[in-house]
Amino acid sequence: MQKNLILKTLFIIGILLIFVFGIFGIPSSFNLDGIKDSLLQRIHLGLDLKGGAHLILEVQVNEAVNGETDHAAELLKEQLQKANISYASISKPDLEKHPEQIVIKGVPPNGSTELRRIVSEQLPTYDLSGAGDTYTVTLKASAISELKSRTVEQSVEAISQRVNTLGVSEPVIEEHGVGNYQILVQLPGVDDLARVKEIIQSTARLELREALNHGATYPDEQSARAALGGVLPPDTVLLHGQKSVNDRTDSVFLVSRVPVVSGTDIKTAEAGHGGKTGGPIVNFYLTTSAGEKFARFTAAHSETSANPSNLAIVLDNQVIEAPSIQSEIHDSGIIEGGFTEQTAHDLALKLRSGALPASLRYIQETTVGPSLGADSIRKGVQAAVVGMLAVMVFMLFYYKGAGINADLALVLNLVILLGFMGFTGATLTLPGIAGVILTVGMGVDSNVLIFERIREELRHGKAPAAAVDQGFARAWVTIIDTHVTTIVSAFILFIFGTGPVKGFAVTLTFGLLANLFTAVFVSRVIFDAILSRKQRGEALSI
Amino acid sequence: MEFFRDTNIDFLGKKWYFLAFSLIFSIAGLLSMFFWHGIPLGVEFRGGTLVYVRFASTPNEDQIRAALDRAGINNAQIQRYGTSGSNDELIDLPQSSNAGADVTRSEDQIIRALEAISGGQQDFRKDLNYAGSDALRTVLAGRDPLHAAPDTYDKITRQILDYRDSKQGGLIRSFDDLQKAGVPAAAVEALKQEGFFISNFHVFGQETVGPQIGAQLRKQALLATLYSMAGMLIYLWFRFEMIYGVAAVVACFHDTLITVGAFSLTNNPITLTVIAAILTLVGYSMNDTIVVFDRIRENVKLMRRETLAEVVNRSINQTLSRTILTSGLTFLTVLSLYLFGGEVLHGFSLALVIGILIGTYSSIAVAAPMLVAYQEWRTSRSGRRPVPVATQAGKGKVRVKA
Repeated sequence: MQKNLILKTLFIIGILLIFVFGIFGIPSSFNLDGIKDSLLQRIHLGLDLKGGAHLILEVQVNEAVNGETDHAAELLKEQLQKANISYASISKPDLEKHPEQIVIKGVPPNGSTELRRIVSEQLPTYDLSGAGDTYTVTLKASAISELKSRTVEQSVEAISQRVNTLGVSEPVIEEHGVGNYQILVQLPGVDDLARVKEIIQSTARLELREALNHGATYPDEQSARAALGGVLPPDTVLLHGQKSVNDRTDSVFLVSRVPVVSGTDIKTAEAGHGGKTGGPIVNFYLTTSAGEKFARFTAAHSETSANPSNLAIVLDNQVIEAPSIQSEIHDSGIIEGGFTEQTAHDLALKLRSGALPASLRYIQETTVGPSLGADSIRKGVQAAVVGMLAVMVFMLFYYKGAGINADLALVLNLVILLGFMGFTGATLTLPGIAGVILTVGMGVDSNVLIFERIREELRHGKAPAAAVDQGFARAWVTIIDTHVTTIVSAFILFIFGTGPVKGFAVTLTFGLLANLFTAVFVSRVIFDAILSRKQRGEALSI
Repeated sequence: MEFFRDTNIDFLGKKWYFLAFSLIFSIAGLLSMFFWHGIPLGVEFRGGTLVYVRFASTPNEDQIRAALDRAGINNAQIQRYGTSGSNDELIDLPQSSNAGADVTRSEDQIIRALEAISGGQQDFRKDLNYAGSDALRTVLAGRDPLHAAPDTYDKITRQILDYRDSKQGGLIRSFDDLQKAGVPAAAVEALKQEGFFISNFHVFGQETVGPQIGAQLRKQALLATLYSMAGMLIYLWFRFEMIYGVAAVVACFHDTLITVGAFSLTNNPITLTVIAAILTLVGYSMNDTIVVFDRIRENVKLMRRETLAEVVNRSINQTLSRTILTSGLTFLTVLSLYLFGGEVLHGFSLALVIGILIGTYSSIAVAAPMLVAYQEWRTSRSGRRPVPVATQAGKGKVRVKA
């Protein structure tokens, strides 16, 4: 054999070894189980094969904007009062469509300069517009988009913390589809989905609000409105909740729209026992500034004060309880709401890991049970083996000697493909397995192209060596073209696809790239090796 | 062995048959899309809830329907899933009109309704065919029936779930079976005492898609298909000549139309993976077309005296062996996928099976004749005799001009 050929052969063997390592790594033990273990460690299985949940949540970003403008409206009221400027009302005209707007009505002519000063000094992220006695304060567009994306980031952060404490291995939590305020959560192997979903979604937004009319409860919203004379007092809302700690019937409370203390003011929380019943409770502690605000509020509304009212403990827009305020409270409190050990524990976890800045809604969920995943692997592998054997047997019959060549190239193609997957940590999905099978079919195309060309050249009376040479040279252009077009398809699939489809694009691309090497380079080397041993004029088996 | 040797079939002479064939299938598909089944969309595109349930015995669909009705779900479709021998059912609930609510709520409703069939109003979280590892481990460790270290219960939990999911396909039949599978009797007893029970069904998959995701995915799928065709067009334009690109893209469009039409005719839903298959077909059909075009390009240089029609015919014949062989081999692999790949890949492999046949046909019967038709049209318009396609030697491009 020529020296050149030996070098090339060594090169191919080297590549083979590298990629076999890519697939298996170095097994801990060389029995079947050891090899299987290390294989599974190298090749990551997708959710559809391993089982697990794929969730997409939508962050209700408008809530965050509303929270921000509520805060600004409070600040405006405070500052206008300080500056002794009267106004008829400060309100938000459209909470749904324009959460960024605050409208101030009835501003006296001499107050406009002062209002401008307050907005530019205290609310730099807002624009002031309007004239006469009505002004609109609007959150700037840049501030809105920043607030929204920060809300999504914080949500991702909070979900990650919660999921991490659940011990799910290799979870994926990331922003999904930029600009849609969506979060993708992938939880491989999770099997207690109901609980996990609840823990993720719960905003754990603990708010302390004023419960008006001494925490009076109404059986439903209609009767509440009727009892209040048809319209709600300004800046109040009706919220549902349980009647009391011991009575879980659904009731309606009248509470202040703006919370005294909100979720971000909570420093930490822990589960414990105590309260009136001695059952499971959750203790929470407020930050210093929130503690001061809370102390002012409780002092002003305690039973002994001039204006007593109750405190509503609101979790995720549900009133948990509405006790009366005995005396001034500083920076801690307890929630007792008929918890079990686990629910108290879960709530403390959620409060600790930080409230979500806005609530979340599930907009997509796909769950694959472990039995379905195992079934998919079995069937996928079965189909791959059958398909590959059929192709290999056919090639042997049709091209005889050269068929062995093609089959070797095919096997090497698969080794490189799987090795790629191992090295890059790409995920193998069920459509990905289909991609592997398709690679076999398409990969063999290159060999067919070359072999047919060689046969043609031989028919034209060329000598084997020249025919092989011409065959490869002529087929090369076509092979490049066909590969590029398929890789273009796969690339677009990769960009637009999600989960399983992405896996398909990955295996198809890797497979075709590997094919360029195996069908062209490796096959050529094998042909050259065969030709170099043949006598002049001896026929080529093809 | 050799199947095709020196074939000399006049493909272009049969172009009217080809045209008729293509038209019949395209129009049948279009008619079905517009007037019959529409384009049946998978759940990811239309939104809704799918729940895949495996029953221990042959399920009674009427009973399931009645139970769902009682639970207030009256627009669900219930159909057999998978092969005829299986006890798997697919419950398909269309998009709820209540768009504001959480989309995943209806799954719980369905599961509760199914629990009601098998045994009253029990808490489905205590169904051993539903419960997850956390619930089992907590209960076992809490009761501590074996007076052992907590990791013993991790092991028992894994043992139970392995038995259920790997060996039994998700369904435990009875507490006795658990014990026979090697789970300690005391642990089984503890689960019983805690109120755990064994229902006659197992939910092995769920899918819920909200309306906005559906709209988003529809848009993405359409864009992906258009972009990939545009990508091909640009590549071919760059490699060949504009008309080649147009002919190839028309052929691909033809394939896509017929494949989607076949899905509409057979009322098979177009899912995300089907779109992936269609995009793959676009690439594959392009492959076939390119092989023929490459040959045309090569032959145009060699056969200067002949008309383009003759060159095209010759080129198709020369590549026929390769075309049939590769398609045949790819078809073999795809067929194996269709037959053995299981229900999850059904739509995907069906699209590939149809598409590979059509894609091969179209490169011979649609793309190549279009080239010739274009040239004839140019000739008749300019009123000149077709100049035998002049080639600029050395240049890669071939100008198909009159």
